[in-house]
Amino acid sequence: MRATDILTLTPQGLYCPLGGFHVDPVRPVPRALVTHGHSDHARAGHGAVLATAETLAIMAVRYGEDFAGATQVAALGQTIRQGDVAVRFVPAGHVLGSAQIVIEAGGTRLVVSGDYKRGYDPTCLPCEIVSCDVFITEATFGLPVFRHPDARAEVDKLVASLALFPERAHLVGAYALGKAQRVMALLREAGWDRPIYIHGAMEKLCGLYEDLGVPLGEVVKVAAADRATLAGEVVLCPPSAIQEVWARKFPDPVAAFASGWMRVRARARQKGVELPMVISDHCDWDELKASILETGAGEVWVTHGQEDALVHWCGTQGISARPLHMLGYGDEGEDSGDLAAPAAAVESEASP
Amino acid sequence: MNAFAALLDRLVYESRRNAKIRLIADYLRATPDPERGFALAALTGELSFREAKPNLIRALIQERCDPVLFEMSYSYVGDLAETTALLWPAPADAPPESRRNSPLPRGEGSASRRSARSAAHPVPGHNRPPPPSLSEVVETLATTSKSDLPARLAGLLDALGETGRWALLKLITGSLRIGVSARLAKTALASLGEMEPDAIEEVWHGLAPPYIDLFAWVEGRGPRPVSRDPAPFRPPMLAHPLELEDLETLDADGFAAEWKWDGIRVQAASFAGTTRLYSRTGEDVSGAFPDLVAALAGMEAAIDGELLVLIEGRVQSFNVLQQRLNRKSVSNALMTKYPAHLRAYDLLAEGAEDLRALPFAERRARLEAFVARRAPERLDLSPLVPFASWDALTAARADPAAHGAGADADAVEGVMVKRLDSPYVPGRPKGLWFKWKREPYTVDAVMMYAQRGHGKRSSFYSDYTFGVWRDAAGGGAELVPVGKAYFGFTDAELAQLDRFVRNNTTNRFGPVREVTHTAETGLVLEIAFEGLQRSTRHKSGVAMRFPRVSRIRWDKPTAEADRLETLEAILAKGETEQHPTGG
Repeated sequence: MRATDILTLTPQGLYCPLGGFHVDPVRPVPRALVTHGHSDHARAGHGAVLATAETLAIMAVRYGEDFAGATQVAALGQTIRQGDVAVRFVPAGHVLGSAQIVIEAGGTRLVVSGDYKRGYDPTCLPCEIVSCDVFITEATFGLPVFRHPDARAEVDKLVASLALFPERAHLVGAYALGKAQRVMALLREAGWDRPIYIHGAMEKLCGLYEDLGVPLGEVVKVAAADRATLAGEVVLCPPSAIQEVWARKFPDPVAAFASGWMRVRARARQKGVELPMVISDHCDWDELKASILETGAGEVWVTHGQEDALVHWCGTQGISARPLHMLGYGDEGEDSGDLAAPAAAVESEASP
Repeated sequence: MNAFAALLDRLVYESRRNAKIRLIADYLRATPDPERGFALAALTGELSFREAKPNLIRALIQERCDPVLFEMSYSYVGDLAETTALLWPAPADAPPESRRNSPLPRGEGSASRRSARSAAHPVPGHNRPPPPSLSEVVETLATTSKSDLPARLAGLLDALGETGRWALLKLITGSLRIGVSARLAKTALASLGEMEPDAIEEVWHGLAPPYIDLFAWVEGRGPRPVSRDPAPFRPPMLAHPLELEDLETLDADGFAAEWKWDGIRVQAASFAGTTRLYSRTGEDVSGAFPDLVAALAGMEAAIDGELLVLIEGRVQSFNVLQQRLNRKSVSNALMTKYPAHLRAYDLLAEGAEDLRALPFAERRARLEAFVARRAPERLDLSPLVPFASWDALTAARADPAAHGAGADADAVEGVMVKRLDSPYVPGRPKGLWFKWKREPYTVDAVMMYAQRGHGKRSSFYSDYTFGVWRDAAGGGAELVPVGKAYFGFTDAELAQLDRFVRNNTTNRFGPVREVTHTAETGLVLEIAFEGLQRSTRHKSGVAMRFPRVSRIRWDKPTAEADRLETLEAILAKGETEQHPTGG
């Protein structure tokens, strides 16, 4: 069976006519399969949602319990029939609960990666590569200049800066879902045993991570009155908060930002970041290439990000590839490296 | 090299001026000669290598990276040195950790807050040779033959981490673009000895890296270095823009005014057989203007003035002058066609006498006498603009042609207002000199294309091609591009414009996006510009000088943007002024 008969592109997103469902639809649809909880992939208002238990929990925290007409838990590795196709959720290593979706029909297997990464992350299951005929990948960091260093070494930079500047508060910009908790877990592994302070926008999700069995140590929500007393402490906040009046009350704050975009100096400079931490929840260039080769796919579709370069590289490897130019998560918010997300968007971010 | 690279890397992320000065000063204090001297040369833009050029970097990286991927990466990052440093493959024998940025040095105080995990992922030891020093790098780049250079440079890059590679490549690409000016670096150097930065400027020309004597002097260990240059650069005095409310507090009687010519501010110095022409920033540009340099030889004076092209006594437009700019050398044909000229504003030194402490009125008298007595060819006096009141000056500024500038009025971009008692103070002192530019032209145009910027703006669509309406061949109206603007907006407006571009893209061509521009949809930009010229290179037949976005007209329907006829009218008016007989 031809892959394009199994998945087609619609304005709502990828659609499987045989199964009667969309994957990560950007507008309300009758049936949605959702790879992970970032708001550009997981939106409210669908008739029914099939996703991992963690993703469903994240959506409930963000949108309220009635975010969809009906929900169904997809257990990792379990094959679920959807109309005339079989689907299976497999860990993607992106954030807690993130999954790739394997879709099979007529002897053809497609894998929708959602967002995924291969680097170390103590807060979620590692990515599992599934061999397939068609691999549908993201390419957020699909340029060879993006090579993410070991995230632990980047957290070491933060710890070293805390030692160097004990009189200054360290504000670490990090997306509220996934990146924040990963930085916190890595800080704990690095031996940071002080309380970790968080911006109010992160409270619910940090609590959910704890509830779902991801220990973060002592986490304290910053009270307005306490800001001036937090010299030498780590404060995690949405990236945009660093530019806001909220940040001014901290003692001589060091502006840090945990993001794959920090690899390019101009990006860090734009936002006045002093301590760039190159930590990403997406694959870097080498990992994208390695993942594509590991799947053995003869055909690659690129959903969003720097698709041109990855498509070009696939061509040099004799792999047929095409960009989908998907809007909705291709070109909006932090997925495109737009660091200037307005404060109103802090609870609706994606996460490099 | 690593200490210097770490300094550059810190400077990139530091936006506070005083903190930058401290970082540089700390580095200069802690680093021995000659290493720090080469660092100072790099920061002040004094290093240049005959053979090591950006093309060499391109060649090396393109041997190691797919050219298509290189171009995409370069377009994205916007900086050749950084692109190459990031793309450079780790050599086969490098330890796996070499992909990491080297972390900051761990402070002593960190132990109490850290557990025993510090050994969990240590940087593994290796027995590779230590990375090269900055002095070694500079020497290699300066002395290696052209044929050996690619291999030597590749070897240096293999021996360095990403930050080191980036810093090294920055030395080759020239402009560091790390937010540090030569002036700032000299200010940091001066702070080592609690000197004024201008004390450094005074001796700077004629000194060469690694500046051993200069450091000794600044640190109080040696005598003031003698500039061997008989015609040194004198740091120029600059003006503040005049605000209208200033006029209410200033007394017109205490000021003189002169035309602000639309050329290039330069300083000419000729003493004891040496004649030099300096740019405003102290760059020696004599090589591009041998015609002018030859004419000024022997004048035994230092003059502050405007570089212009004069043909038959008439000042040519900036567009004409541009033919002579940014050249290392110049052909005879070009010099004959576009002769360079100096229009004098100020006399800084005459013979052995330094005039800068004198009041402007006295210097002006000396200048007038100097020009009257011994003006060489290609030098004349910039006339004063007489005025009795600010209102009179306002009138002169609005219509220079009727107030003495005559046929050259098109080359006047405003007036300079100078206190009669002002000494010539280097830098931009407050309250002494003011510049008062003419009102710019404006036109409402429609954004048609947008391109990502470079450097600091590499993630933003910050360069906008805009167009105005004209009659289409097949009836109706069409937009024709008339120019490109990439500044004039605030950072917040840039973010809005960027968002508009991303949300209204109709087509993509590599780094360029076409944005919607119909009679019903699109964005109107008010564009300010200084002048217009006929152009065969532009589809519209006109080219703007100095276009910038003066306002974003979110409110204005695109159909109401201006038409090409509006520009044609401005052009026709300009041509009439330039050719009063109508010819």
